[in-house]
Amino acid sequence: MTDTARAGYRRRMSDDTRTTLPEDRPRAMHDLGGVSRFLCEPVDPSPHTLTAFDREVDGLRQVLGMKGVMSVDELRRGIEALAEDEYHRLSYYQRWLRSITATLLRKGVFTEDELRTAIQEAGA
Amino acid sequence: MMLTPGQRVRVRDDWPETRGPCHIRTPHYVRGRHGVVVRYLGDFANPEDLAFARPAALLPLYHVRFDPHAIWREPHAGDEVLIELFGHWLEEET
Amino acid sequence: MSVQDTADERLLRAVVDLLAQKAVATPAEIAERIAITDAASPAQGARMVARAWVDPEYRALLLADGTRAAEAMGIPMRGAPPLGVLENTPELHHLVVCTLCSCYPRAVLGYPPFWYKSAGYRARAVRDPRGVLADFGTVLPEDVRVRVVDSTADFRWMVLPLRPAGTEDWDEARLASIVREGDMIGVTLVSP
Repeated sequence: MTDTARAGYRRRMSDDTRTTLPEDRPRAMHDLGGVSRFLCEPVDPSPHTLTAFDREVDGLRQVLGMKGVMSVDELRRGIEALAEDEYHRLSYYQRWLRSITATLLRKGVFTEDELRTAIQEAGA
Repeated sequence: MMLTPGQRVRVRDDWPETRGPCHIRTPHYVRGRHGVVVRYLGDFANPEDLAFARPAALLPLYHVRFDPHAIWREPHAGDEVLIELFGHWLEEET
Repeated sequence: MSVQDTADERLLRAVVDLLAQKAVATPAEIAERIAITDAASPAQGARMVARAWVDPEYRALLLADGTRAAEAMGIPMRGAPPLGVLENTPELHHLVVCTLCSCYPRAVLGYPPFWYKSAGYRARAVRDPRGVLADFGTVLPEDVRVRVVDSTADFRWMVLPLRPAGTEDWDEARLASIVREGDMIGVTLVSP
């Protein structure tokens, strides 16, 4: 959006007399409050057990946070950077692991090459 | 600027999402909307900087109340939505 | 296990191995956090609720400073985000959601339930709270106000539910036994 277009958009939308929905604005995909696409999705209250994978990713994130390697806001930013279809396709802790990996790579905690080698070894 | 309970505010009608990578804790559905400060919750590091591992200033955080009917204009909305918002997203109104 | 899951399992092993090699984090440290997190459960929040129902002084502390109230019950809060407690009354009902991610009072309730993290719950709770409550079989009288609390920042929010009628002569332990996870998020009401 150009600055002029954005200013015009803002003028048209800037008071509570608007008839459009909040989601018609340029929201980010994870910003789900009130979004119509999910309004017909029932909430399934049945209990759901975490897997060993889920709990380990959770514990890993906590250790990285406590040691100051990455903050919870960096975790969120990495999740928010996923493509929208991926965000909805992946499980909760798969998203976390994607974000943790991307953050550690970006911060130089390890390199792409080191990660590739480690993945090969982990599969051996 | 410190806001006191009862102060009417408007949430900044700003969309950093349109300007590139960012991390915002102000939900889209209250941007540009009118609310009332319920209470001051304390000072917390700005998540918009923490997300990028930048030095983050401590900012005042408030509980702000909104009328969901004014947002979605639907009869089945709840009666109130209460949200934590950082002071730099709030504009004082008279 | 799907191909996707196998790949993720390998990725996790690789990341954990690399962090150990580089002395950033050890598997033992991760295991310790898992054990601590596994130990947190809704039973802790339930004990706080029951104490608040029988002890007016504790109730006042709980509503003024949830973190100190949790610590007073022996719940470790160091490093946890500040805890706020929302008081349900016969006129006002609270429902907690995090529309942006999954902020949850983990220190007192444990891991967030699966549904709390779902797109349906996150989208609908702010816009159609009574519809969400209906999915849990919860029906509130028409004249009860519904206040939805969107947990967007540094606090974590827990609901202090109403004490059900017919429990007047119950002791604290028995009261704690009927308080469930959903009651402290606001999707259900405590039933004896």
